[in-house]
Amino acid sequence: MDILNALVALLNFVVIPATAYGAQLALGALGVTLIYGILRFSNFAHGDTMAFGTAMTILVTWALQAAGITLGPLPTALLALPFAIALTAGLVLATDRVVYDYYRRVRAAPVILVMVSVGVMFVMNGLTRFVIGVDEINFADGARFVISARGFREATGLAEPLTLRSSQLITLITAALVVWALFWFLGRTRTGKSMRAFSDNEDLALLSGINPNRVVAVTWIIAAALATTAGTLYGLDKSFKAFNYFQLLLPIFAAAVVGGLGSPVGAIAGGFVIAFSEVGVTYAWKKVAGYLIPAWQPEGLLQLLSTEYKFAVSFAILIIVLLFKPTGLFKGKAV
Amino acid sequence: MSLRQPDAAAGGRLRAPLLFAAMAALVAIEAATGGWNTALGIVNMGLISAVLALGVNMQWGYAGLFNTGIVGFLALGGLAPVLIAMPPTPGAFAGGGPGIALAALVALASVIAAIAVNRRLRGRPRAIAIIAILVAGFFAYRALFDRAVAVIQAINPSAQGNLGGLGLPVLLAWPVGALFAAGAAWIIGKTALGLRSDYLAIATLGIGEIIVAVLRNEEWLSRGVMNVNGIPRPWPVPYEVQLQADPAFVSRMAGLGVDPVTGSTIMVKLLYTGLFLVVLLALIWAAQMALKSPWGRMMRAIRDNEIAAAAMGKDVTRRHLQIFVIGSAVCGLAGAMMITLDGQMTPGSYNPLRYTFLIWVMVIVGGSGNNWGSVLGGMLIWYLWIKAEAWGPVLMSFLTAGMAEGALKSHLLDSAAHMRLFTMGLILLLVLRFAPRGLLPEK
Repeated sequence: MDILNALVALLNFVVIPATAYGAQLALGALGVTLIYGILRFSNFAHGDTMAFGTAMTILVTWALQAAGITLGPLPTALLALPFAIALTAGLVLATDRVVYDYYRRVRAAPVILVMVSVGVMFVMNGLTRFVIGVDEINFADGARFVISARGFREATGLAEPLTLRSSQLITLITAALVVWALFWFLGRTRTGKSMRAFSDNEDLALLSGINPNRVVAVTWIIAAALATTAGTLYGLDKSFKAFNYFQLLLPIFAAAVVGGLGSPVGAIAGGFVIAFSEVGVTYAWKKVAGYLIPAWQPEGLLQLLSTEYKFAVSFAILIIVLLFKPTGLFKGKAV
Repeated sequence: MSLRQPDAAAGGRLRAPLLFAAMAALVAIEAATGGWNTALGIVNMGLISAVLALGVNMQWGYAGLFNTGIVGFLALGGLAPVLIAMPPTPGAFAGGGPGIALAALVALASVIAAIAVNRRLRGRPRAIAIIAILVAGFFAYRALFDRAVAVIQAINPSAQGNLGGLGLPVLLAWPVGALFAAGAAWIIGKTALGLRSDYLAIATLGIGEIIVAVLRNEEWLSRGVMNVNGIPRPWPVPYEVQLQADPAFVSRMAGLGVDPVTGSTIMVKLLYTGLFLVVLLALIWAAQMALKSPWGRMMRAIRDNEIAAAAMGKDVTRRHLQIFVIGSAVCGLAGAMMITLDGQMTPGSYNPLRYTFLIWVMVIVGGSGNNWGSVLGGMLIWYLWIKAEAWGPVLMSFLTAGMAEGALKSHLLDSAAHMRLFTMGLILLLVLRFAPRGLLPEK
């Protein structure tokens, strides 16, 4: 019985939250890694693209709710998501035309593009704050729980509760669908194949008649879709606050680098590596240990690091990977 | 850098003096409309911004290194005045000091052991040994450290509860702040330099956030969000109350026809201005000499063509590490100066948008690679940043004057405060695009 309780506690506090968070990070890192692969720079504006996309989702959600349209048990935000993606893609494409296009034409050094993306980050951050403000916004509606703590206790008779929030389940299902669609697109369609060719060898791709403008535009649209989806799922799971998305930039970059910048499979793996390490290191293991070894009564909480240092975990992993395997787990492009 | 240069250095030799004169005129206008107190406040913070921009310019302008963790080096430098100049907390060093020192030693020893193992062993035994050493080291460190921290935090928690300082003059903390930042920069540079340029940007973004998180949460060190107040003033700056109690000062102010209270605050600010000017000019002198020397030519050669410089036998990664550490040390110095000026350490106020990316705007607008440009950019952008706070709502209420009262109008008026970030981003993008050499181009 105690082992079951320990297992439930582990599921409840580590496995489920880390899986949901990992899926959100993976979607974010996929956007970063795609931009890196095709456009060859680290996009610092990605966090704020996520924030802007989520802000759009919230605005459309409010409009839908005001019109009396909801999805019943599912959050209305899912219905708003396609509109938000369209709006964000529009903004990102306009940014590319006005800002990045020039630097591609003059073949600027990658570090200049990184700096330009910082400028874009500023502008997007200001835009998001202007549109929706700096306050915390909770926009999840519909059913809150798939498995509630009380229901689980009554059904199983275990002392430990297990909760599965609907936002966590939605995150997993949506992320799986998005990743499947993305890999199908990259592997099976003509445009997807030309994107991979462009990423592998730009000159050869140009020689074989691939239209670079089309590849770039499609990349931005996919990146905007990934960013908006990741941001919305994160916002549904936690809540929306513009500054939090800027702070997500570090774990997302860490995930992309750990997996290997430019490698989509790596970005997904990296997202889960970062999420599980973060949650595992900042979780207080006292309860699980108490079930497994009842005779042992530890003094502290058995928490390796306090939750304020969760970013230190992604950073430490980033440093270790840079020291020992700079190309990442899945052989990215960057050295 | 490698961009087209649409504008040749228009204005020639007179360009720099004219632009600095314009900056002085802006300050004079501010003094005439808002009083010398606010004007000098802007100047003092502007001078600190100029020092920061100078440090960043060394990294970017001389070597093309993109540091996105300026806020961290600034904050780390700011820790020095707390540790050097604050009066000691009775019993803290004796009670918790040895424990913390021992914990630090254990951490250091396990890292050194891991590095040694990394050099000696190969393959799977290496990985297992390194992990075992680091995990054991971490637990030993936490056991020692937690006990020491508990001792320190138990001492008079409402007013102190931290390690306190050494009670030494605060000016001594300035070079120490630079040293702190240099140490952190060395660790980061050692890992991230020599790889692709993006990696330094990502790694410094991380270290910046972590240093700020440490200062916010380690209450035994910086009292976290409870702030450290009353950091002593540096020589020769007196306290306002002392000046007001000084009959000679009061009579002199009466002779000038100035209220002694206003006079004392202006006097204090002026002394700070003088102190900061001395530091800034010394730094500029050193930076200009370095840039003109063979070392400076080598740095620029590396920046402009790394491969060619490497072929000439220059160790690019080593030189990058050197300049990265020096530039970060200057940022740390600026951090110590800022805390000294404020007289308090507020770890909650270190915001990356404000202390990292705004500094970048200063460097780019001023003219990357030009030391005087950084100074001008630092002063000018700081002035605009302060003024934009006041101008935004005015502009917005002017724009919305014709609109009907309602939710949209009040939303627009409320959001005007956030327009500063937007404006700064726009300035950065416009300068990068249309005048990448900035106001004062590198020769």
